Amino acid sequence: MTAQTFNRMTPYMFLIPAAVTMGIALLYPLGYMIYGSFRDWDPSQNISETEFVGLKNYITLFFDPAFHESLSVTLIFAFTVVVAEMLIGVGLALLLDRNIRGISVLRTLFILPMMIAPVVVGLMWRYMYHPTVGTFNRTLKSLGFEGIDWLGQHALLSVIIADIWQWTPFILILSLAALQSLPASALEAARIDGATTWQQIWHIKLPLMMPVLVVTALLRLIDAFKVLEVILVMTEGGPGLSTEIVALRISRTATEFRELGTAAAMSNYLLLLLLFLTMAMFAISRIQEARAARLARQIEEESG
Amino acid sequence: MTFERQNPAFYALLAVLIFMSVGPVLLMFVNSFKLDVDIIGGTTGLLFLPTIQNYETALCDILWYELDHLDFCSLKFGGALINSLIIALISTGLTLVIGCMAAYALVRFRFFGRDTVSLTTLMVRMVPPAVLLVPVFGLWNNEFCIGKTTLVGAWIRDIFGGRGDVCLAGTHSGIIIIYVAMNLPFVIWILQSFIVQVPRSLEEAARVDGAGPFQVFFRIVLPLIKPGLAAAAIFTFRIAWNEYLLASALSDRNTKTVPILIVNNMSEFNVEWGVIMATGMLLAIPPIIFTLFASRQIITGMTAGAVKG
Repeated sequence: MTAQTFNRMTPYMFLIPAAVTMGIALLYPLGYMIYGSFRDWDPSQNISETEFVGLKNYITLFFDPAFHESLSVTLIFAFTVVVAEMLIGVGLALLLDRNIRGISVLRTLFILPMMIAPVVVGLMWRYMYHPTVGTFNRTLKSLGFEGIDWLGQHALLSVIIADIWQWTPFILILSLAALQSLPASALEAARIDGATTWQQIWHIKLPLMMPVLVVTALLRLIDAFKVLEVILVMTEGGPGLSTEIVALRISRTATEFRELGTAAAMSNYLLLLLLFLTMAMFAISRIQEARAARLARQIEEESG
Repeated sequence: MTFERQNPAFYALLAVLIFMSVGPVLLMFVNSFKLDVDIIGGTTGLLFLPTIQNYETALCDILWYELDHLDFCSLKFGGALINSLIIALISTGLTLVIGCMAAYALVRFRFFGRDTVSLTTLMVRMVPPAVLLVPVFGLWNNEFCIGKTTLVGAWIRDIFGGRGDVCLAGTHSGIIIIYVAMNLPFVIWILQSFIVQVPRSLEEAARVDGAGPFQVFFRIVLPLIKPGLAAAAIFTFRIAWNEYLLASALSDRNTKTVPILIVNNMSEFNVEWGVIMATGMLLAIPPIIFTLFASRQIITGMTAGAVKG
C-alpha cells in the first residue's frame, strides 16, 4: 500500500468501527423489525419459520381500541409535559437570569434530577405518592385534608408531575445559556430607549431566544416519547390503561402477550411519528434561525 | 465581578426551587437509613435511629461477615452491582474510542458520503429504546448465535458450560454492544462540535514533523478535546448505568443489572421500602458524584447537544 492510498483510506478506517457497530446493533435491527412487522411472529420462533401476513399487524392495531388508548395517553403525556416544562422552565430562566452569587451551585443542584436513573426517580415518586405512608398524603392529612388517591384516580397527572420535576431543569438550563449569549448591545439599547422589563422580555429576549427554544422543545418532545421506566415503576401502566404509553405497550406486547409481529408494527408506528417530529424540528429550526438572524441584524442596525 | 442585591422574595423563590429539586433525593437518602417500621409508622423528620441494616441486606451476597437479621440472602444485589459496573464501564470506554475516531473523520476529512453519515447519525438519535426491544430480542436470541456443533461454539460450551447454541443474549457483550450503538450518535455529535474548534494549523505542523494520521489524532487532537470527552463519557455512562428495558430483555440470571433488580422488587405486592431505597441510593451514587464534581462538563454537553442540534 502506498502512502497516498493509505491517506485516502484513513477517513474510512476511522469510521469503520462506528459504522460496523451501528450497522449491527441499530440499522440491521431496525430493518429486521420492519421485516418482522409483516409476519406472525412468536418469540420462540426463528424469523424464517414465521408466516408472512402482509399488513395484518398494522390493520389490527389501527382498529385496536387499546392501542388507540395508549396512543392518546402518549400524546397527552408528551404534549402536556413539554408545554408545562417550557412555560415553567423559560419563566424561571427569565427570573434567574441575574448576576447573583453561586449560580453555578444552583445549576449543579438543578441537574441532579436528570442524572439519576429513571428507575430510581420512579421509585422515589412512588413512595411519595403512596396512599398511606407517602409524603404527600401524610402532609395533607396532618394539615387536616383528605388524602388524594394519586396513583389511582389521578395516575396520569401524577406521572406528568414526576416528569415535570425531572425535566424542567433541562429547559431551565438551556434557556439560561441562551439568555446569557444574547447580544448585550440590543438589551442595552432597549434599556436606554426606556423599554419596561416586560417589553424587553416580550420584544427582544423571547424572539432572539426562539431558535434555541424551538430546538429544546422538540428535543424534549422526542425524549418524552422515550419515557418508560419512570412510568413502569410508578404505575406499571395502570390503573387499567390510564398511563400505558406506547413504549410500555410495546414491551408488554412483546414479553407478556408474546406477539412480536404486532409489537414490531407498533414500534414502526411510533418510529414514523418520531420521524415526522424530527423532520418538523429540522424545518422549523431552519426557519427560526433565519428569522432570528434577520431580527438580530435589524436590532443591531437600529441601535448602532 | 459585582453581584446585584436582590429582594428577599427572590431568595425565597430560590430556596423553594432548591428544596423541590433536592428534596426527593434527600428523602430517599434519609429513608434508606430507616427500618421499615419507622417508614411505615411515620416517624417524622430526623427523629429516628439511623441504621445501615438496609444496606447490609442489599449487599448481603458480597459482604464478608454474617448478618444477624437475615437468615437467607435472597437479594443478589452485589452481583448485579458488579454486572452494572462491568457493562457501564466497558461500554463507555468503547463508545468514546469509536465515537472519537468517527467524529474526527467526519470533521477533518472531506470524502464521499460525509453528509449522509452526519444525517444518519442525527436521525438515529431519535430512536427510542422501546423500538429496539423487539428486533434486538429476536436477533440476539435467534440470529446472532454460534451453533454448538461448530468449532468455536463447542469450545465455548466446553469451557463455560450451558446448553443450546451460543447466543449474544444473556452475555455482557450482548448488552454492551447495544449500549455502544445507542450512544454513538450522541457522542459523535458532541465531539464533532469540539473537534471543529481544534486549530488545523496545529495538526499540519505535526504532520510536517512527520507524524502519521493516527499519531496526529492521538497525540494532538485527543488531549485538546478533553472537556468534550468528559461530557461525552458522563452522558454515555449515565445511559448505560441507568438503562432498564433492553437490559431486562437481554440479560439472564447471571447478567442482571441493578435497575432490573429494583424493578423486579418493586412490582411485588409488599414493597420493603427501606431495602429498596437503599438499593436505589446505591444506584444513584455514581450519577450524584458526577453531578457534584463535573456539572460544568454536563452542562456543556447538554447545551452543545441542543444548541447546535
